[in-house]
Amino acid sequence: MIIFTPILMLLRVLSQTVLLALAQIFNNKIRTVLTTLGIVVAVASIILIMGALSGMQKGVLAEFEQFGAKRVFMDGTLPPSWRGRLNWREVQLQEDEVEAIREHVDSLDMLCAMYFGNYSVQYEEILLEGIRTVGIEPSWHDIENREIIAGRRFGSVDLEQARNVCVINEKAIEELNLPRDAVGEFVLLSGRRFKIVGIVETIERSAMFGGGDTQTEMYIPITTAMNLNPNGWINYAQGEMKNPDDANNVVAEITFVLRKMRNIEPDEDNTFDVQVMQNIIDDFNKIALVMTMITGVVVLVSLVVGGIGIMNIMLVSVSERTREIGLRKAMGAHPFVILMQFLVEAVVLCLAGAAVGIAVGQLGLLGVRNMPFEMLEGAAAPGWAIVLSAGLSAAAGIGFGMFPAIRASLLNPIDALRHE
Amino acid sequence: MTISIRNLEKVYKLGTEKGKALEVRALDGVSLDIEENEYVAIMGTSGSGKSTLMNILGCLDKPTGGEYSLSGIPVHKMSSAALAKVRNEQIGFVFQSFELLAKQTALKNVTLPMIYSRANWLGAKKRAKVALERVGLGDRMHHRPNQLSGGQRQRVAVARALVNDPSILLADEPTGNLDSTTTDEIIALFQGLHDSGQTIVIVTHEEEVAGHAKRIVRLRDGKVISDFPTEDDPVHQEFLRAKAATAVRLAEAAPA
Repeated sequence: MIIFTPILMLLRVLSQTVLLALAQIFNNKIRTVLTTLGIVVAVASIILIMGALSGMQKGVLAEFEQFGAKRVFMDGTLPPSWRGRLNWREVQLQEDEVEAIREHVDSLDMLCAMYFGNYSVQYEEILLEGIRTVGIEPSWHDIENREIIAGRRFGSVDLEQARNVCVINEKAIEELNLPRDAVGEFVLLSGRRFKIVGIVETIERSAMFGGGDTQTEMYIPITTAMNLNPNGWINYAQGEMKNPDDANNVVAEITFVLRKMRNIEPDEDNTFDVQVMQNIIDDFNKIALVMTMITGVVVLVSLVVGGIGIMNIMLVSVSERTREIGLRKAMGAHPFVILMQFLVEAVVLCLAGAAVGIAVGQLGLLGVRNMPFEMLEGAAAPGWAIVLSAGLSAAAGIGFGMFPAIRASLLNPIDALRHE
Repeated sequence: MTISIRNLEKVYKLGTEKGKALEVRALDGVSLDIEENEYVAIMGTSGSGKSTLMNILGCLDKPTGGEYSLSGIPVHKMSSAALAKVRNEQIGFVFQSFELLAKQTALKNVTLPMIYSRANWLGAKKRAKVALERVGLGDRMHHRPNQLSGGQRQRVAVARALVNDPSILLADEPTGNLDSTTTDEIIALFQGLHDSGQTIVIVTHEEEVAGHAKRIVRLRDGKVISDFPTEDDPVHQEFLRAKAATAVRLAEAAPA
């Protein structure tokens, strides 16, 4: 019984002070609204920004997932330490390097060299200039996992004989005004007759992976592509590992093979880049975290500004109600009870602001979701952001309400009663 | 013994002038005993120290010297937090300007001291109703102060002062803001409370009001200059004679 008395006291004081605070807030509606505006804005921005950020993160990650977690990319790069000794042409991947990787890296399931070129494409009267044409290997179909909706995929014969055949997407059919069933038709690619052997489904790609619009796609065997424009290098290679958990091994093995072939000394930088999807996801998550933290700091600053507003109004409130404080003290209110009264009032003010802020933020997110950006469709405030913003507001209330509350609790009862 | 004070001092330091400490001795060695059920008036001109004495008796202020014990508890040593408890449990205050919360009903105002009471928190509303009925405002419980007359407001304040069953009722110029009719109302109320055994100390500068107390303590310059039962107080007896004489002269001067 004796143990519970302080707890009961505290509960009693709390319930009493919360009611008092609410009454005070209802008595000063306009003032309350203006005072809490800072908190409302801060909390609304937490909800809005965190919601948008997490929505974007979800969207991007889903995009990556669709791309495949087993993917490996490699291409030549020119790090600063190599500048002057090599130029960018000299660091590009070579055919024999790709062959070596294919042969020695066991954890890779498939590998496909890619070779880009921009050519004119003509069908009857329609001539399209600068169409991106990608030289690929048959393994591309399995790595990209894109459905052939008509005709066939590339086979090894196409590659070995460097045949003038192509696979196009539906968008290309539309652009070139080809017949619906375009398989078997011929197009002129850089002035040469290419037979369309297959049609690949069109996929929507986000801005991250080459343009929000659907593009006209032309695929030809890589051997054919290299004959068309012999540069002597490969733009990049993509592969698929057997097991996504092998990511680090795959990177290490490819790096080993390439360093060996390029005779890179142990203390020198790589002149190539090997990336696995997981690393890219990790990088993205790091960026997202940094963005979240920067926003967090900005929001914290605005909460502090809001908190100062609360402190200001609480000081006004204490000075306005000095006589009332004096009276309450004369009636036997313990200084702690007076302190609690004003502290609770500040916290209730802040929490009211936070509640409105959360509502405003959620409304804002509703708007964000309806904006014409695919990336933001999943925008929703995470639970932790809501709890955090309410918690931070309460903390601001306690932090900034403390000074006025202490001031009230320390008032001398007679001086307070004589206050005009 | 309800109140027992010995050599009570209250010195205000106002700084120094020409190397000498400048101070005001608001109370300069006051000793006083007030028994249970007494009805005492403290009188004096302004600056006599009567308000300072009142504040110390009410535990609103601390003396700078001397001793004060209330119902046997030495309160002059207590911390301000402990004094809050004493004020709540032992003392009922009535102020000159009522000090009611303007936005709350009479009932809520009377409930106020019980919010801070450990013992009377439960059942506060019931106690507040009883207290209001005791001062004759049973039908005005839900009125706000601005819907009540001055006398009614002061009666609400008296109900509030009594609601925690204090050892003493302290009233600081309780009729100072009232006209003669409502003054009589409050005097009658205090008389009734005294008859029912309540210890009352009032501070006033009106002889008329002081006359209803059973004992008059007069202060000047922070010292007690006289302390008599009302019927033996020479100043008050002089006041009564002068009043009677004035009444006779007024009656003679009146046109027939």
